[in-house]
Amino acid sequence: MTASSLRLRAGLVSIVLLAAFLGIWHLATRSAAPVATMSPEYAKLMGLTATQGKSAMPGPLDVGAKLWEHLKRPFYDNGPNDKGLGIQLAYSIARVGTGYLLAVLVAIPLGFLIGMSPLLSKALDPFIQVLKPISPLAWMPLALYTIKDSSISAIFVIFICSIWPMLLNTVFGVASVRKEWINVARTLEVGTIRRAFTVILPAAAPTILTGMRISIGIAWLVIVAAEMLVGGTGIGYFVWNEWNNLSITNVIIAILLIGIVGMLLDQILARFTRMVTFPE
Amino acid sequence: MTDKFVSIEGIAKRYPGAGGATTTVFENLWLSMPRGEFCCVIGHSGCGKTTVLNILAGLDAPSEGAVIVDGQAISGTSLDRAVIFQSHALLPWRTVLGNVAYAVSSKWRSWDRAKVKAHAQTFIDLVGLTGSEHKRPSELSGGMKQRVGIARALSITPKMMLMDEPFSALDALTRGTLQDEVRRICLETGQTAFMITHDVDEAIYLADKIFLMTNGPGAVLAEVVENPLPKDRGRTDLHRHPLYYALRNHIIDFLVTRSKTFAAEKPGHDPRNVPVVHIGKPGLTVASDAKPEPLKETSWPSLSRPSTSS
Ligand SMILES: Nc1ncnc2c1ncn2[C@@H]1O[C@H](COP(=O)(O)OP(=O)(O)OP(=O)(O)O)[C@@H](O)[C@H]1O
Ligand SMILES: [Mg+2]
Repeated sequence: MTASSLRLRAGLVSIVLLAAFLGIWHLATRSAAPVATMSPEYAKLMGLTATQGKSAMPGPLDVGAKLWEHLKRPFYDNGPNDKGLGIQLAYSIARVGTGYLLAVLVAIPLGFLIGMSPLLSKALDPFIQVLKPISPLAWMPLALYTIKDSSISAIFVIFICSIWPMLLNTVFGVASVRKEWINVARTLEVGTIRRAFTVILPAAAPTILTGMRISIGIAWLVIVAAEMLVGGTGIGYFVWNEWNNLSITNVIIAILLIGIVGMLLDQILARFTRMVTFPE
Repeated sequence: MTDKFVSIEGIAKRYPGAGGATTTVFENLWLSMPRGEFCCVIGHSGCGKTTVLNILAGLDAPSEGAVIVDGQAISGTSLDRAVIFQSHALLPWRTVLGNVAYAVSSKWRSWDRAKVKAHAQTFIDLVGLTGSEHKRPSELSGGMKQRVGIARALSITPKMMLMDEPFSALDALTRGTLQDEVRRICLETGQTAFMITHDVDEAIYLADKIFLMTNGPGAVLAEVVENPLPKDRGRTDLHRHPLYYALRNHIIDFLVTRSKTFAAEKPGHDPRNVPVVHIGKPGLTVASDAKPEPLKETSWPSLSRPSTSS
């Protein structure tokens, strides 16, 4: 069985599964027969949902139509509560990007130091052990109180949640570089800095990148929750706002987009990981 | 008195064992090598050969004692002492050329890329890897990897080569070619070489002196065997030399029986004055700086007798 035919068949199965899912969704949310036995007052109160048996849950066609609307004008801006999905996503991605890059800048050099120094490793271990399991959202009040800016607080929360996997993976990757490679550098009298860049970095890169990939996933999970809390802009705020508007269609669209963006971010990091991985 | 280019003075290596006890791999080990000499170490697995080599390289520090190279106690690794590792130790993210060039550019930091590349290429050609420069270690056979390791060590033109079973992973033909190359290069460049091997014929072909180590733990350097074969020996007529079998049998006899029983048989063994064995030259033995010792061994199967002096 060749690889390409396997991929083709897997693709076909995926399409069939998607079609089945959309079909069942459509059938489940289709208008049922009108409910006759209902007092007129109650029917009036409930609107279309009750009177025509229309489900509150939008069907795939409703979502598709709405999505098309959004895609046609992703960047409109009608004030604080009505912005295009593109703008909301851009806010979220910018926050994640900023917090994540700051975390990279701190975690990787710090991880190198800790990994190369058994003393620092032992000294900092209790702090890391305590700080790591704290839910990033638990930092939010503290961040809001000290920083006094909701947007920067969200960035801080992203920073704090994405730093741990990167830090721990960097420490582990650096500390477990094969002794014989270090010995090669030692017999060649390679200095510490050059050794760090020519032996330890390439040897630990796959582990570091794996940590970065875990981090970006967590950061994207956390941003939605963080933006629901701080409000204002971003895809998380959008979800919350549309829930308050009772627009389940928009909520579903947002969920779909969150998934797609998360997948893209993961794929980008996966590609970088593959670039630095070496066969042994 | 020969000049001692390398002098190992009373080194010991101990590891903390189970329950607070210490395991002594070896202790009070004395050994010296004149400049330009090729020395081979033979001993059973686990007796501490790699440990001695790592201490000589400066990769490992002895628990006691010191190593003096060229009149100075060593305190770490040096570009003058190149190591060929038992496990080749190539950097897998670099190509063959990249691995050799890494060593070259570490030695000559001011060289430009082209010069480094040209220099590395000479040594890749030397070990017969022309055409594989851009392959990664994962694409090479075990023998090819070992050859890259050899090229990398040779490329920095060290004063001393430390080799840990460099040819053990190679097929007989490649091994022969590389032995010839290493021998030629060591002779031409006046290299002092310290090589660990399990192959008695390899030791006889390459070595000027063969160090025999007893089994560990608590291994000792039992004998230094002088190679009686002429310096310009050839691989093909090695076994025709009248003393070849005497030498070979002596070493094999040591490995098979005496390496285990040595401590019991020679209670008065002085590690500072290890007996030097001259195969087939009974009258000409000159002890380094100790009184002669009467001959004890009698059951020598060959025409020539080894003489033992301490
Ligand atoms: N880190 C360590 N801790 C405890 N014991 C060790 C350690 N490293 C080596 N040893 C012991 O030291 C002894 C000598 O090891 P070494 O690697 O020098 O042997 P070797 O003579 O090179 O053997 P081989 O021929 O198999 O390569 C072994 O018995 C080994 O168990
Ligand atoms: Mg060994």
